[in-house]
Amino acid sequence: MIEITPQIVREHGLSDAEYGRIKQLLNREPNYVELGVFSVMWSEHCSYKSTRAHLRRLPTKGPVVIQGPGENAGVVDIGDGDAVIFKMESHNHPSFIEPYQGAATGVGGIMRDVFTMGARPIAMMNALRFGTPDHPKTRHLVAGVVAGIGGYGNCMGVPTVGGEVNFHSAYNGNILVNAMCVGIARQDKIFKSAAEGAGNPVIYVGSKTGRDGIHGATMASAEFDENSEEKRPTVQVGDPFTEKLLLEACLELMATDAIIAIQDMGAAGLTSSSAEMASKGNSGIELNLDHVPQREENMTAYDMMLSESQERMLAVLKPGREDEARRIFDKWELDFAIIGITTDTNRLVIRHKGEIVADMPVNALADEAPVYERPFTRRPALPPLAKNAFDPKRPIADSLLQLIGSPDLSSRRWVWEQFDYTVMADTVQAPGGDAAVVRVHGTNKSIAIACDVTPRYCRADPFEGGKQAVAECWRNLTSVGATPLAVTDNLNFGNPERPETMGEIVAAIDGIAEACIALGFPVVSGNCSLYNETNGEPILPTPAIGGVGLLKDGTRHASVAFKRAGDAIVLIGETKGHLGQSLYLREIEGSESGPPPPVDLGVEKRNGDFVRGLIEMGQVDTVHDISDGGLLIAVAEMAMAGGMGAMLEGPDGIAQLFGEDQARYLLAVPHSIAQEILGDAKAAGVPAAIIGFVGGTGTHLEVPGMTATRIAALKSAHETWLPNYMAAPQ
Amino acid sequence: MKSAVVVFPASNCDRDAAVALEQMTGQKPVMVWHGDSEIPDVDLIVLPGGFSYGDYLRCGAMASQSRIIRDVKAKADKGVAVLGICNGFQVLTETGLLPGALMRNAKLKFVCRPVGLTIEESQSAFTRAYAKGETVRFPVAHGEGNYFADDATLDRLEGEGRVAFRYAEGENPNGSARNIAGILSEKRNVLGLMPHPERVVDAALGGTDGRRVFQSLIETLS
Repeated sequence: MIEITPQIVREHGLSDAEYGRIKQLLNREPNYVELGVFSVMWSEHCSYKSTRAHLRRLPTKGPVVIQGPGENAGVVDIGDGDAVIFKMESHNHPSFIEPYQGAATGVGGIMRDVFTMGARPIAMMNALRFGTPDHPKTRHLVAGVVAGIGGYGNCMGVPTVGGEVNFHSAYNGNILVNAMCVGIARQDKIFKSAAEGAGNPVIYVGSKTGRDGIHGATMASAEFDENSEEKRPTVQVGDPFTEKLLLEACLELMATDAIIAIQDMGAAGLTSSSAEMASKGNSGIELNLDHVPQREENMTAYDMMLSESQERMLAVLKPGREDEARRIFDKWELDFAIIGITTDTNRLVIRHKGEIVADMPVNALADEAPVYERPFTRRPALPPLAKNAFDPKRPIADSLLQLIGSPDLSSRRWVWEQFDYTVMADTVQAPGGDAAVVRVHGTNKSIAIACDVTPRYCRADPFEGGKQAVAECWRNLTSVGATPLAVTDNLNFGNPERPETMGEIVAAIDGIAEACIALGFPVVSGNCSLYNETNGEPILPTPAIGGVGLLKDGTRHASVAFKRAGDAIVLIGETKGHLGQSLYLREIEGSESGPPPPVDLGVEKRNGDFVRGLIEMGQVDTVHDISDGGLLIAVAEMAMAGGMGAMLEGPDGIAQLFGEDQARYLLAVPHSIAQEILGDAKAAGVPAAIIGFVGGTGTHLEVPGMTATRIAALKSAHETWLPNYMAAPQ
Repeated sequence: MKSAVVVFPASNCDRDAAVALEQMTGQKPVMVWHGDSEIPDVDLIVLPGGFSYGDYLRCGAMASQSRIIRDVKAKADKGVAVLGICNGFQVLTETGLLPGALMRNAKLKFVCRPVGLTIEESQSAFTRAYAKGETVRFPVAHGEGNYFADDATLDRLEGEGRVAFRYAEGENPNGSARNIAGILSEKRNVLGLMPHPERVVDAALGGTDGRRVFQSLIETLS
């Protein structure tokens, strides 16, 4: 066996102190296999050692929470004995190195997290961040990531119903690929990962184990440099065909009562699944690697324990049920092997070729991973925006056209048309709206899903940015008429060993916690992705929030498109004209300055509850939240979606039209209802005003102080930027 | 009308087809596994959309060699109606039940969107409830829907009234020859089409244009 040297310890990403701690826990030197196992279990990716102490501040309980963080995904009650199961996860580092496979296996991994709990996946979302469009790698990365997500998700037959795409130079060397999966299960058929009891068979199902992805989790726990492309062999290769069979086979097995525990083999493969299952079950596991289905010859115990080959599951069965399970996997032509047994020793024991090659206490691996209170600095608040931050005389129509066709606001149709968003025949609201709406199969009940974060706000003020990410997600769910239920978070940051970055992490978590508490929107699952930096350049802090809401009656939902000429346009919420960190300032004035808009959570809740009530009562079917680009962009989006013009009377001037004040919505309703709504709003203390009407000339957007602009011209600018960019030669 | 839906490994519109059939006919279809050798006595056999055998080798190629396909062919030869949607259409061309082939989309990308279709032929068991020349909207969702056949075959298809659906002018999503979206077999009992009628039978999802494919079949076969 290979001798452990300080060099080898460093190559495994372990510090001297961590290695000392391992020796202490084992009471001896670890051997090479054990060192490998510890290195992945104690990696940032698996252990959350830098964030664990802070994540405790997030609210994780609530009346609808069935399962909070700690399992493969979060579980929430949606009534009638049904549960929604969901999680978001990153695949950032692999996607930068090999965009197609990195993104594809990201989708595969998060789907397994959801169906391993007994849920059939019903919808996928993704949150993608790329470098600037003129960076030489961006086009290639966008093309590869989008094709990879589609290639995997489409084959699985699960609709990909939305997401978000941003471009910023801070992602030039580190793109972000966050994928979210939402599934539905019956509450009495939810499967967990605790391998309870001794003497139960441990089974391996799915694909064979190869040497791919060894040390993927360790790669995801380190910064990139100019040699990162050499890490390509650590990226796994996905096979959605096998995953589709695995999904169907697992759900078929789950329909029996043969399973005690089940977990997918994700990051750190066989190592983390076995250690975590034993830890949660307060048991031990003995594995015999001779029985592991292998794709390559002469694989060592080290290779097998650290492989991240895709499409594999580990399960513990009730004794005597092996043949029944084997028949199901034979039918689906998947590998099935009994590779071990649970014990009462609380040890993970690994045998290979007749020898014990590793013998470690389970709790040392899973529970004794170091937790760091890393030093951090808080960024001082930015001064208010300078009076001369923008030119008040700049023509509004020109700015509107430029913004609506800018990289961050242009249509994402080029992206989502590559995703099958109608398969499963339950997609009520397709991509392009505030939130996607997907029906719970066989019922009228529907699930709304949205993914949000505004990274430029988070860079300027991570605390307010964290709050805003949650508030915007909550608002988007509200805009379609859903009652927001719970969130999954995907916290993407740079190197936590830098106090400034750690400060961003701490403040963003504080902001998320405050907003989730105030809005009754608990966190039920999540993922942290740190070390997103290349050559010392960190990404913008990007805590992506994936939210899920419930429409008890999916036939009553609202969408952004104007529907009737003559409708009054009603603005809900207060417009102060906050331009700090706005897209207007960035795209038109070329300045990323000022503080982001503050989020008053009480006002958010009050305004949102009011709007949702109107949709639920059937009074309103046209709603759009106001976010990036402000009020005028929101009106333009509603007009383009409905193919109708609009005439505004109220708001005036650049700050009013493009400011990004929070807690605002636009509604379009017949005049008689509008008057009623204004009365109700006054009684509820909600600012509301009629600011114009749908139609006007029918073909133009008309605003005081702005040259009337054709809807067709807006649509052309909006729809062409991304396809033209992608079609242009390198 | 009794129907069966064939399930290949990684078929993924099998449930959608079954739900649409049940909704339209009031009867659950029989789900037939690819490894079975016989399809029960039914009026309609559906080959659903998806990625049978992972699209490995070539879309539909592996499915065309599966055990169940022999009986699909035998029953089609006897005149049983066969409807192949999306991947099902690809399987039908691979088995030779329909002429031509489905190649990669001209733009080399998967495409999912609702498209306009003109009804070219209402004289068939699948389209009699539509009016010839009318335009309907079905979604497409495929990466290989670019229908190709030599000119003689295309001329013959058109001459014999076997082009059932064409993409509306300017809406061809995949570059198919002569805007072809769906074709009939010589005996007109087999239809293959790339767009998904089974995804537009429910008003709650934004359209019901696909219902009449099933209504046509019910009228003809019940």
